[in-house]
Amino acid sequence: MKSSTISEAWLNSLPPTEGYLKNEQAIGREFLLEKGLPSKKDEAWRLSNFNKLNSFLSLPTIIDSEDTKYIFPEKDGNRERIIINPHINPILNINLPNGIEKLNNREIEDNLGKIVKSTNIKNDISVCLNQASSSELLALKVRRNFDHSLEIIIPSIEGKSIATRIFLLIEEGAKLDLLQIFTGNNNSAQNHLIEIKLESKVELTHGLISLGEEKESSSICTLAVEQSERSKYSLHSIHHGWDYARFEPRIIQSQGEASTIIKGLQVTKSKEQIATHSLIRFEGPNGKLDQLQKAVASEYSHCIFNGSIEVPQKAQKTEAAQLSRNLLLSKRARIDTKPELEIVADDVRCTHGATVSQLQDEELFYLLSRGIDNKHANSLLLKGYYDEVISHFPKSAGKWKFIEKLI
Amino acid sequence: MISSTSETILSIKDLHASVEDQEILHGVNLIVKEGEIHAIMGRNGSGKSTLSKVIAGHPSYKVLSGSIQFKGKDILELEPEERARIGIFLGFQYPVEIPGVSNLEFLRVATNSRRKELLKSELDTFEFEDLVKERLKIVEMNPTFLERSVNEGFSGGEKKRNEILQMALLEPVISILDETDSGLDIDALRIVASGINRLSQPNAATILITHYQRLLNEITPDFVHIMADGKIIKTGNKELAIDLEKSGYDFIDTNTKEKEMAK
Repeated sequence: MKSSTISEAWLNSLPPTEGYLKNEQAIGREFLLEKGLPSKKDEAWRLSNFNKLNSFLSLPTIIDSEDTKYIFPEKDGNRERIIINPHINPILNINLPNGIEKLNNREIEDNLGKIVKSTNIKNDISVCLNQASSSELLALKVRRNFDHSLEIIIPSIEGKSIATRIFLLIEEGAKLDLLQIFTGNNNSAQNHLIEIKLESKVELTHGLISLGEEKESSSICTLAVEQSERSKYSLHSIHHGWDYARFEPRIIQSQGEASTIIKGLQVTKSKEQIATHSLIRFEGPNGKLDQLQKAVASEYSHCIFNGSIEVPQKAQKTEAAQLSRNLLLSKRARIDTKPELEIVADDVRCTHGATVSQLQDEELFYLLSRGIDNKHANSLLLKGYYDEVISHFPKSAGKWKFIEKLI
Repeated sequence: MISSTSETILSIKDLHASVEDQEILHGVNLIVKEGEIHAIMGRNGSGKSTLSKVIAGHPSYKVLSGSIQFKGKDILELEPEERARIGIFLGFQYPVEIPGVSNLEFLRVATNSRRKELLKSELDTFEFEDLVKERLKIVEMNPTFLERSVNEGFSGGEKKRNEILQMALLEPVISILDETDSGLDIDALRIVASGINRLSQPNAATILITHYQRLLNEITPDFVHIMADGKIIKTGNKELAIDLEKSGYDFIDTNTKEKEMAK
């Protein structure tokens, strides 16, 4: 019961909270106390590096009052910026533009935790970890028919672990272009639980740039999205530079009749392990999904993708396509990819595919034969490989220099 | 353009080469001088493409014996990118599609690699755009090609024109064009051929690898070589190509049979 012991010690060190998250904390802590940490027997955690998970949980979550300075690229003129600084209650510290406001008590009570609960994941450890440790909530809504751009930055703190909880309600007919940036720091951990509710006819473009950058940084993020009918959700994510990262996007089309696009990229080097466990469920007919998950693993690193798609009987006429494409750049690197399609409805079109390959010799020779040196040719080919995902980010996101870091 | 004082650009002596442990070239000899246009013809599998890949330094092909000299210098130890930078250009029979890599960026990086070797200044994005737009005219290509990924979704003719555009930008000393005419309709063939003609320089040379005489109606070769079984078995002038068109490659079989009989 070694894992439980670590869990208990860590749980005892967590700061208590009041307000909406008090009950959540109790639920999360109780679960972790009872179940302990995941083991190799938990299918969803089977491939996870438990040493890395243990270091994640060894970092203190109490943030001392010492001020932490961050330098970020300048903000876009047309994009509101929220920096989640663990010293300060984020709800109190932001100026919101017309059309974006904080949720009131009733809205929070009505919604918080519901989406993630509806994903019905057994032994939902990532979520419980967050519930047990997060003490602040950022809960916002984009009002009906408004059109906004928002940037949420979550930096890490050296030697510390932080947990954030976010809830976004996007009201009917609104449009949001959301860019989220997670950055790592030396020996740091981040743990996020984000819930987003899209009412009908909402369009949400969601870019997630998650860059570990520094040594021994780790991140666990659960993103639970509920889409109402005629909503459009597109998620473009990059995970790179984390010693240990786990991303769990879960999307529920609660009435079907919606469209979901997911383009994910994870790039690992050194001894890093980055995993994406996605779940998309159609709870009504005529839903559409286009999912592309790309991974590039070099040196001794490990990329994992597990992609669940659930199409129950009521989700007739669903059209879902999932493709996992992977590049293995070293003999010692490892890639695990597993599609998991559970299709009960009979009148659907669902496709999936997975490839693992290396950089193509003929493409490389073509570039070399034009005088381009090996290093430059390789970086051109990698950039080309990433393009299917990164071309969807807004141009201004380039200021985060993620392309340079990926190559 | 040929004169007795012309410098030798490429000198291939008794070249034996293999791919996947199978010997394909069985002793190729070829000398190409400044200003010359050579055509190499032959059946599929005669070793024409292998020869072009070996000259360009494709890593899958192994030289077993013999030599290749470029302007008097042995190039067999040079990497493909070094060969390209000193002015050896291979026009691909099947230009490779590279999704996600912008054609414009690819052309600029390649051009600058060559310019660096020639001790010319590297071109920035704007300077390069000026240059490439001017060179596009040679192959009658639309500038929208520059915005697309390298060769991705290009038609056969567009791919070949993109090859000639690269040749126009890299200003090679020797261009080896591997079946640049295959898969082209008459208009595309005319554009490609006129591009090659316009790019020919007195101090450079061209090797055209082709199946058909039709390209040679547009570009007049100084020498026509026939390859069979990994060797050049016959060399002549343009007339040889015309004879070949009339009689086909059957004479090769006759020759081979005669040789076997003689043994």
